Amino acid sequence: MKVEAKPHYETQTKPKSGADLLVDALIQEEVKTIFGYPGGAVLPIYDALYRSGDAFHHVLARHEQGSIHAAEGYARVTGKPGVVIATSGPGATNLITGIADAMMDSLPVVVFTGQVARGVIGTDAFQEADVMGITTPITKHNYQVQSLSDLPRIVKEAFHIASTGRPGPVVVDIPKDISTEVDDNPPSVEFSLPGYQPNLKPNPLQIKKLTDAMAQAKKPVLLAGAGIHHGKASEELKAFAEQHSLPVVHTLHGLGTFPGSHSLSFGMAGMHGTYAANMALYECDLLINIGSRFDDRLTGKLEHFAPKATVAHIDVDPAEIGKNVPTQIPIVSDSKAALEALLKNAAAAPSTEEWYKKLDNYREEYPLWYNKPETDMVPQWLMEKVHSYTGGDAIVTTDVGQHQMWAAQYYKLEKPNRWVTSGGLGTMGFGFPAAIGAQLAAPDEKVVAVVGDGGFQMTLQELSLLQEMKLPVKVIIVNNQALGMVRQWQESFYEKRYSESILSTQPDFVKLAESYNVRGMRIESQQDLEEKLPEALSNDEPVVVDCRVLQQENVYPMIAPGKGIHEMIGVKP
Amino acid sequence: MRRIVTATVQNRSGVLNRVTGLLAKRQFNIESISVGRTEAEGISKMTFVVDVEDERKLEQLTKQLNKQIDVLKVSDITDKAIVASELALIRVVSNAQIRNEIQGIIEPFRASIIDISKDSLTVQVTGKHEKIEALIDLLRPYGIKELARTGLTAFLRGQQPQVAEMKNYSILK
Repeated sequence: MKVEAKPHYETQTKPKSGADLLVDALIQEEVKTIFGYPGGAVLPIYDALYRSGDAFHHVLARHEQGSIHAAEGYARVTGKPGVVIATSGPGATNLITGIADAMMDSLPVVVFTGQVARGVIGTDAFQEADVMGITTPITKHNYQVQSLSDLPRIVKEAFHIASTGRPGPVVVDIPKDISTEVDDNPPSVEFSLPGYQPNLKPNPLQIKKLTDAMAQAKKPVLLAGAGIHHGKASEELKAFAEQHSLPVVHTLHGLGTFPGSHSLSFGMAGMHGTYAANMALYECDLLINIGSRFDDRLTGKLEHFAPKATVAHIDVDPAEIGKNVPTQIPIVSDSKAALEALLKNAAAAPSTEEWYKKLDNYREEYPLWYNKPETDMVPQWLMEKVHSYTGGDAIVTTDVGQHQMWAAQYYKLEKPNRWVTSGGLGTMGFGFPAAIGAQLAAPDEKVVAVVGDGGFQMTLQELSLLQEMKLPVKVIIVNNQALGMVRQWQESFYEKRYSESILSTQPDFVKLAESYNVRGMRIESQQDLEEKLPEALSNDEPVVVDCRVLQQENVYPMIAPGKGIHEMIGVKP
Repeated sequence: MRRIVTATVQNRSGVLNRVTGLLAKRQFNIESISVGRTEAEGISKMTFVVDVEDERKLEQLTKQLNKQIDVLKVSDITDKAIVASELALIRVVSNAQIRNEIQGIIEPFRASIIDISKDSLTVQVTGKHEKIEALIDLLRPYGIKELARTGLTAFLRGQQPQVAEMKNYSILK
């Protein structure tokens, strides 16, 4: 639909309802795709969507949690806000996991929830829930629209807040009577947010401090976090790393910000990171963190994290700097602006050749490893095969757990915004609906949802969407008939008492897929895989592949909980 | 460390919930909190007295408060020259005989009796935390029937001594 530059309310003479104003505001924000689910309190909004013709592509996930995870996937791949609509009460509460997930992983999502009419708010009315109270701690900001004239401004603010600075979810709670109310006076959309002025440009003095520190450093390391994705700064990162031959290590979310096959890339650091990456963090004398929040899965025990290093931290959110790791050189800035400044002010760094050689040696001596049996499949090998059959170029989504770590370790990403995973909140059931959002965001790309057999069963109802919307999502179920990571921890730390972690009863995933008119297949051996998977991954049809892998495989190397990053177990002997 | 932190906020619905929820979520311990309007329309001021472990925790607290969209400004004014007051209402058991005696006690505190009944009287006192504590201690033997306190409210004095600059002239440096 064509949007004219003049104010939208002049395009029609008819007085508009709140729901119409919302639709207009969404068009103004150039929203194309809406992930939603109708219900009583949003009936007026759904009526307005219906009347808006083909202005939007509405995605009817079969559970609100599916809607929001899909919106997160969409946001992760496009960098633009994912838009969600849900009804009041249970509709809104079903979104909570996804909102919290988007908050932890800094994803721009704008959520519209219906609310009961203003007159009955607070009376425990039918399908009433205190959405403001529930979502305040898990949103970047939230609004309840109290007056129709505020609605267009609030929508504009919501999109602005969600997508600028450190992105995050914003909830707009709209009472039903606001949606139906009609106002003849065109409301203003002007807004001012004096309390929200993200600092995007680095302080030149701080940049100088960092370049000075670089000139002194003998063992520098770059830690690339999700902030590189958000700041669209991958090219600058590559230029900066190459300019100074800086070894790069990644956080989980930072994967893809720097080419995984680059000689300066030492892989993911943290609990299941590579030996080289963790030792680089342990031994470095200058740590340049760009856009990572020093999450506990990365740092391990804080006292052993980069103990000898001067720490520089570039982050658009000042509250992240110094939160977990004492920081000598704080730089509050957007990642791109900071990297541009660093590229311009490049200091002559002393030779780091020796340091590189040392890390390269670690990389050679202690790579990721696994034992490959004769015929049975192990998940690591499966990931390598998925990588090779998709040319390492797919958008990969995951849930949380063992399969997520194997995907992170063995699906080496070369490009940004192709890695969609639930890092901070660690949400089971995230991967499959997120893949749907990713596929909608990038219709021409190959999207592979790598999910566990446990997580998939949490949100598999969204299989409905694959046929309905002709989405060629490839679902790879890493089926070890267990909640693998729970099982692994019980094996390692609870003397093999496998309490409720073995899923011995499972649906027939092939028939299940077929019941949704999606092709299903089962792969039980290496030979099976080599025969069937290339074709399944290369065509333009959705497919659910039930990959039976050995249950006892564990994710290694590992930093046990409470240990330092240098105390890895399961390193290649 | 006991710190006095003020926050200038936009007076929107839910802002108090946002701020206290945030402090609770991040496990900050609030000793007292007071909120009220300011000279500017739509702007309120909150004064917190918080107990934090160390400087880093304090920095987190101010940064997290600052992140809130409705929060305009956050200051830790503990080490500044400030005027700070709280108000307490204290209902004490009394009769005609000891009324004068109580009057004598509260007078140096510049407190006043604002209500009298047959068997009790109510004292209103304003001022610093320590002063109010002292008065409460003195009145306790008479029997405190009811006590209500507002929490501290504070802002900077009109003129600040140039403390920060003096450090630079230290002969030890």
